[in-house]
Amino acid sequence: MPDKTITIRATRFDPDKDQEPRLQSYEVPFFDESMVVLDALNHIKAHIDGSLSYRWSCRMGICGSCGMMVNGTPKLTCNAFLRDFWPRPVTVQPLNNFPVIRDLVIDMDDFMHKLKLIKPWIIRKQELPLGAGEHRQTNDQIDDFRQFSECINCMLCYSACPVYGLNNEFLGPAAIALARRYNLDSRDQGLKERLPHIADSEGIWECSFVGECSVVCPKGVDPAKAIQQTKLDTTMRFVLPYGNRE
Amino acid sequence: MDFESYDVLIVGGGLAGIRAAIAAVEANPRVRVGLVSKVYPMRSHTVSAEGGAAAALGPGDSYESHAFDTIKGSDYLADQDVVEAFVREAPTEIIQMEHWGCPWSRNADGSIAVRPFGGMTTWRTCFAADKSGFHMLHAVFQTSLKYPQITRHDEAFVTKLLVEDSHCVGVVALDIRTGRFDAITAKSVILATGGLGRVYAFTTNGNICTGDGMALAYRAGVGLKDMEMVQFHPTGLPFTGILITEAVRGEGGYLLNSAGERFLKRYVPNKMELGPRDIISRAMITEFEEGRGFEGPHGKYMHLDVRHLGEKMIDRKLPFMRELGREFVGIDIVHDPIPVRPVQHYMMGGVDANISGETEILGLYAAGECANVGLNGGNRLGSNSLSECLVFGAAAGRAAAHYAASAKAPTANPVAAMLWDEARRVESEYLEKKGGNERIGPIREEMQREMDAGAGVFRNKDGLSRLARNLGGLRERFEKVKIDDSSRTFNTEIVAALELDFMLEVSSVMVFAALAREESRGAHARRDFPERDDKQFLKHTVAFHTNTLAPRLEYSEVHITHFQPQARSY
Repeated sequence: MPDKTITIRATRFDPDKDQEPRLQSYEVPFFDESMVVLDALNHIKAHIDGSLSYRWSCRMGICGSCGMMVNGTPKLTCNAFLRDFWPRPVTVQPLNNFPVIRDLVIDMDDFMHKLKLIKPWIIRKQELPLGAGEHRQTNDQIDDFRQFSECINCMLCYSACPVYGLNNEFLGPAAIALARRYNLDSRDQGLKERLPHIADSEGIWECSFVGECSVVCPKGVDPAKAIQQTKLDTTMRFVLPYGNRE
Repeated sequence: MDFESYDVLIVGGGLAGIRAAIAAVEANPRVRVGLVSKVYPMRSHTVSAEGGAAAALGPGDSYESHAFDTIKGSDYLADQDVVEAFVREAPTEIIQMEHWGCPWSRNADGSIAVRPFGGMTTWRTCFAADKSGFHMLHAVFQTSLKYPQITRHDEAFVTKLLVEDSHCVGVVALDIRTGRFDAITAKSVILATGGLGRVYAFTTNGNICTGDGMALAYRAGVGLKDMEMVQFHPTGLPFTGILITEAVRGEGGYLLNSAGERFLKRYVPNKMELGPRDIISRAMITEFEEGRGFEGPHGKYMHLDVRHLGEKMIDRKLPFMRELGREFVGIDIVHDPIPVRPVQHYMMGGVDANISGETEILGLYAAGECANVGLNGGNRLGSNSLSECLVFGAAAGRAAAHYAASAKAPTANPVAAMLWDEARRVESEYLEKKGGNERIGPIREEMQREMDAGAGVFRNKDGLSRLARNLGGLRERFEKVKIDDSSRTFNTEIVAALELDFMLEVSSVMVFAALAREESRGAHARRDFPERDDKQFLKHTVAFHTNTLAPRLEYSEVHITHFQPQARSY
């Protein structure tokens, strides 16, 4: 019996040479049921075409580098098993809704900028001195924000978001979820500082609760919920003058 | 010519690097810090650390106990003054992380909880469920965004240290997106580039762990210390090498051989599953060799069993392990045992640096896994490395800021010349090279297989000598390497070539250091020299660059303060 192979069609685009991205096909040996799409890309790069460019590192679904469109769905390629596609070919493309730098590599500067904008750090009126020890916080209080703290910044939610696709001024699912993470943290007092950046930024009111962001999140974060809660916070800010938690 | 110029430049954006950046700014708010990383900082391999960070925080704990456990764990190769300083600083750093938002798991009263860990006599490992590294890295990275003094250079690969009159004055970096070579100058430079696990095939380490900082320092003339000391973690998933945290055993999981027996009773009877990693990894290999391992499609393995802990406890304390089992193995650890085997995990060795991170080159510092400040000796205890990144990252940041305050600015002309030379070197060796018929991928894979075979859990002279020769052969082949990718834009093949160059460099050092240490100590287990030999080898190996593959080996004293070496049994 001939050794099993799988066809990988990967986006190739070099801005120095190419006008348009194109798909290139590669036949990759599929020798182990544990193989993932990232393994196939690594085989191509090591043995067929060293010029294929993409990002990856941990290959355990935590560093957030290797998100790509896999047969049209945003996925972490380290966690997309070839056995789920074979014998059909697998088409691997850069994440939707981002400018492409090269091949499968997207430009995520926009997110890095937005991340900073939402002030993703603990804000307090007065810092506790180190000598005073830790803030007391129960596991239940951590549960209030836990899921939003699990975001790995993999950008799958942005590539699934129809609002971001139309208007990249939109702060977007991950940044809003991370703002929510800090706003819900019992140690934080920065809601008032963050809210204007979140609520007054474009797009939040356009979010129609499609919820695609939450569907594609590989870490079980529910950015759609964060967005709806943020809308509520914002409304409360106008309705109740003293409604903000201090 | 104008260069980006900083007071303190940090290479590496993981926990040690970012902690250093913040420490430098807090030591002196006027300090301008550059942070260069070959990836976006939140991709750094700290993100994969799971179990937690050790600190003597609890009421029943003491500095002395943490220090003794660390020193005994190191098989007495740790520098005891460094360990003593470390255990005193660690609790403050854990609190600092808490103030920066790290979601440490808590006790019922809201204080930071601790869990048991291997080789520790008491519960002292602080944890954020089983994603401690992930939460620590994101907390410290997101906190770093509030400091306007810190400027990041994301996705820039450092190819060379700039050294002028024996002072480090910056780096040459390849901007990956544009393909441009830049000189980034600074009054002091901190290396915080992490480990080198990718010299092995079977490793928990991410693709980015390629020993860059070690190779950079080595080529600049700094010694690499104790490079024979490589940690193999007992519990990696077969095939992928994904780490299953030691916290699984800390929380009560059993390690079982194919007879269903908790075999560690024959090796570490007083500690069982909470023995140190070096000894448990050797026990597993021994059991495999004696026919008591499970046989699978990806080689022999053991069972790590948490079924008796119950779903509630697993979801509270080990949710990521359940997720990894489900997604990467297709099992539910609530109902199925986890297949595991020893896997390369951590490098005890690294850039020879003192307690403040200073190296022999003025203005050059090192911290975190890429450094060897003398904390871990022959075997690091689990959960000491995240704390090490904090304590020694901060120490290096403060020291580098202090040094920068009095150092003179680099002079432009020599820097311009060094930049030109370095850019020409890389372009002519890789991009513009004519001919050449070797590919990077196969050379890298062969190096990794050779290292697995010759420099694994057990070593001997024959295997190491053969490995040294084969690495020499791979170096010759590497000289004939041909790059497919001629683009300037995001050329990851050039990066892979530069990384392989570094890996071939550091792996040779590891092998020659291992050949020379004719004893067994900590993680360095020589079948031909099974005993520890304090008379000859209670000393650090320090390897210096030469014009050949073999380094010049020197030895330095181990600092012993209060704990005289004794037999190490658990």
